[in-house]
Amino acid sequence: MTNATMNKGNLIVTTPTDREIAMTRVFNAPRHLVYEAHTKPELLKRWLGVFGDWTLAECEIDLRVGGSLRYVWRNKANGMAMGLSGVYREVVPNERIVSTEQFDDPWYEGEAVGTLTLVEENGKTTMTNTVRYASKEVRDNVLKSGMESGVAASYDKLEKDVLAA
Amino acid sequence: MQPQGYERLDSTFAALADPTRRAILMRLAGGEASVMELAEPFDMSQPAISKHLKVLERAGLISRGRDAQRRPCRLEAVPLAEANEWLERYRELWEAAYQRLDALLEEMKEDEKKRVRGKRGAKKRGTP
Repeated sequence: MTNATMNKGNLIVTTPTDREIAMTRVFNAPRHLVYEAHTKPELLKRWLGVFGDWTLAECEIDLRVGGSLRYVWRNKANGMAMGLSGVYREVVPNERIVSTEQFDDPWYEGEAVGTLTLVEENGKTTMTNTVRYASKEVRDNVLKSGMESGVAASYDKLEKDVLAA
Repeated sequence: MQPQGYERLDSTFAALADPTRRAILMRLAGGEASVMELAEPFDMSQPAISKHLKVLERAGLISRGRDAQRRPCRLEAVPLAEANEWLERYRELWEAAYQRLDALLEEMKEDEKKRVRGKRGAKKRGTP
């Protein structure tokens, strides 16, 4: 039993600790292009504009240390909006980005820290993206967000915090 | 009304987060074992192992026999498959996005080649 899933296709997703999700993937492109695709809103929307039930309605990036980022996801099924704000801590062009992220929704407590690294060899780029969440609960909710709309996750929270009281 | 599935998955993830518990599951994948047998490879007392076994049992990942003396532990496969399902579904969504990124990167490489050729052509024609 390992905490990694070995996969079809290129992407490897692991949970190295109970608060983290780590992803590793190889791209057939030089790293400056992979970097560009990750940091320009108009390019991001082209590949990350849709994620399951969610569409990326807003994407603002001020790519410098201390600069802010803002993502707003909208749920296709129920119109619910999920906003994310953050600050860049480290920016090494074409190599490394460290940023913090916080959900608008106070139910998703705390701040997450994401680290993106790019390594190029023979024209191919290996990307590693590790996000450390404030708690195991938030991390698990993020994983679950892939399974069903955010509404169900919110009902979990409602039941635990309000109805159980 | 919260489906029971979510509670179980929370406890499954909690159970899997600990390396000792993961090792216990690996051992049980090879066949059932008593608490004593499970404690052996770890530098851990039986009560300490029992605490881990309780977490695994509550998560539905193992079941324990009624034999008062031995209380053999056995692996229950379904919750593990479920936890893997969540991770796999998450991975699938990201892989779909990254495949779109693959296509975008091909476009970007082509655009870059065209720009470089354009510049070279301009140089040959003598324009700055």
